[in-house]
Amino acid sequence: MAITTIIYDGSWEGLLTIVFEVYDRKLSDFRVYRISESQPALFGETLLINIDQSKALRVWDGLKKKLNGPACRNLFSCYLSELKGVEDLLIEFIQLVFSSVGSVEKSFTNPCVLRLSQIGKMVHREKHRMEAFVRFKLTKDEIYYAAIEPDYNVIPLILNHFKNRYADQKWLIYDLKRGYGIYYDLNFVEEITLDKKPHINPESNLLEDSEILYQNLWKDYFENANIKSRKNTSLHLKHVPVRYWKYLIEKN
Amino acid sequence: MSERIREKLSILADAAKYDVSCSSSGSNRKNHNKSLGDAGNGICHTYTEDGRCVSLLKILLTNFCIYDCAYCVTRKSNDIRRVAFTVQEVIDLTINFYRRNYIEGLFLSSGIFKNADYTMERLVQVAKKLRLEHKFNGYIHLKSIPGASNELMHEAGLYADRLSINIEMPTESGLKLLAPDKNRNDMIQPINYLKNEIILHNDQKKLIKKTPMFAPAGQSTQMIIGATAESDKDIMLTADKFYKDFNLKRVYYSGFVPISNDKRLPGLGSSVPMIRENRLYQTDWLMRFYGFNVKELLNDSNPHLDLDIDPKLSWALRNLSQFPVDINKADLQILLRIPGIGLQSAYKIVQGRKFQKLNWEHLKKIGIAVNRAKYFITCNSHAYERRDLTAMNIKQYILSGSSGKNIKNNPYQLNLF
Ligand code: SF4
Repeated sequence: MAITTIIYDGSWEGLLTIVFEVYDRKLSDFRVYRISESQPALFGETLLINIDQSKALRVWDGLKKKLNGPACRNLFSCYLSELKGVEDLLIEFIQLVFSSVGSVEKSFTNPCVLRLSQIGKMVHREKHRMEAFVRFKLTKDEIYYAAIEPDYNVIPLILNHFKNRYADQKWLIYDLKRGYGIYYDLNFVEEITLDKKPHINPESNLLEDSEILYQNLWKDYFENANIKSRKNTSLHLKHVPVRYWKYLIEKN
Repeated sequence: MSERIREKLSILADAAKYDVSCSSSGSNRKNHNKSLGDAGNGICHTYTEDGRCVSLLKILLTNFCIYDCAYCVTRKSNDIRRVAFTVQEVIDLTINFYRRNYIEGLFLSSGIFKNADYTMERLVQVAKKLRLEHKFNGYIHLKSIPGASNELMHEAGLYADRLSINIEMPTESGLKLLAPDKNRNDMIQPINYLKNEIILHNDQKKLIKKTPMFAPAGQSTQMIIGATAESDKDIMLTADKFYKDFNLKRVYYSGFVPISNDKRLPGLGSSVPMIRENRLYQTDWLMRFYGFNVKELLNDSNPHLDLDIDPKLSWALRNLSQFPVDINKADLQILLRIPGIGLQSAYKIVQGRKFQKLNWEHLKKIGIAVNRAKYFITCNSHAYERRDLTAMNIKQYILSGSSGKNIKNNPYQLNLF
């Protein structure tokens, strides 16, 4: 039998809707693709599945009954990896959850469980990196602005951290790769997209007067905290991979 | 103005860098009523080129000092430029770095100007103003100044997350030799006072939920390694004593970086004992997380750690009679003692074996270092190490199979074994 191709909008709710449909229509042999993703030559049937909030919610509620909080969050993290084929893995895992009596999220001998636990870790590491590597620059209109280009779509995962921490300053974290960001206006955090990608140039007059001084002080500090006789470049690069340097003040 | 502050920062960051502690975890200060910051996430915001985590703005308030400790760049006989921050300058730097997400908070130490209380009072002032005037909830680590009064130490505990005094010399004789005008008791007194205050506070907290925080991340200390001739056993017994007697959260080990041609010390050009330092951290971890007693690892017949293999492997080779261990049956405590199995894999083994008996394939997937562990375990497979190997054989096999990678690893953040 030919493989069914399922195409969806790429949203989390969309993915959960697919799970519902898989059960409802008793689909067994299928591959899931985001609409934005290139799909292979289509032989079998193609299904376009649209978000259905109530179906998605039913699946999510069902999962929450069978999985604990961290395990549920891990599924969401894996989805945010945007890795090719991660949807298929997630659906396989969810089917495993619904068909088993006990908990399955720790049965690492199952390849799908193990792979998702690894992907979850990768995404989690990227979340931590972004919590560490965001560098705000203070603009003239008193907004602390940071551009990022994370490997995975981690903005949803870092939102709370920044909201809890920087509660008394306006800030904007913008994912240039995915073209959206989050803006905190001292009351709420909202998702925003800017038409022109906001690349703030350190020389530009958009920055607040003391901004360059603090950037220089930070560079001075970074320089002087180093112990030259303990130089360890490989370790340095392991922790601060070159691809992140672009937005790290101390590395420019 | 800006040049002046840049110069001060360069000098006072440079002088503070020999303190290796950069931890910003262990607190749980929350951001109430929309103020600035929270503490306890332990984020490393960057890493210096020597591979060390940068989590805090680590500076001295001043490098003026009335003491002359031979191992310290700030010692009074050293001919260097002396500067001092004002309280407000430290506050501005901290807040502005914090708002830009450069740091988790402040680690403020100081040379001792005038006397202990005069210095401690200024450190406390910085913390107090940050907390009360600037509503700052980020992490604050203050140095306790040896000989400071109980009143000041109490205030320090109210505003700081962590306090530390570096005992620096692992033995009293070492201290006598290199810092003759300092004494161990002056250092122990604030540590002991804070220990009791923390206990008292925790008791109170059980009765009254709203008790304000008191040094929630506890106390730590640091020892310099390789400045004097103490053995690894001396060092770790002292560490063990500080963990037990004063409830310290961490002891840090800092390989001595030569700074002068003082005859009492390793001269300029001698190398920093980084591997030894690494081995001491591993021993520290084995004591704190793996259930080892310090005397199992270091004792009169083994006063020094092996440099070529890690202390857990060394211990296992000395105790081959306790192996092999059956992976599918042994308690977690026993699993933790197997070379090649870390905390996480031990935990995964315990979880995984509930579902099926584990074989080599499973163990590899779980992530244990099979080429190390295989000499010490059996699992659900007929293939296992049957030869009757001596400790020497095993050590050679393991060493020839490893690239020596672990030696280059970061001594501050170990997940070896
Ligand atoms: S008292 Fe502290 S700062 Fe002063 S010389 Fe001794 S170690 Fe250095």
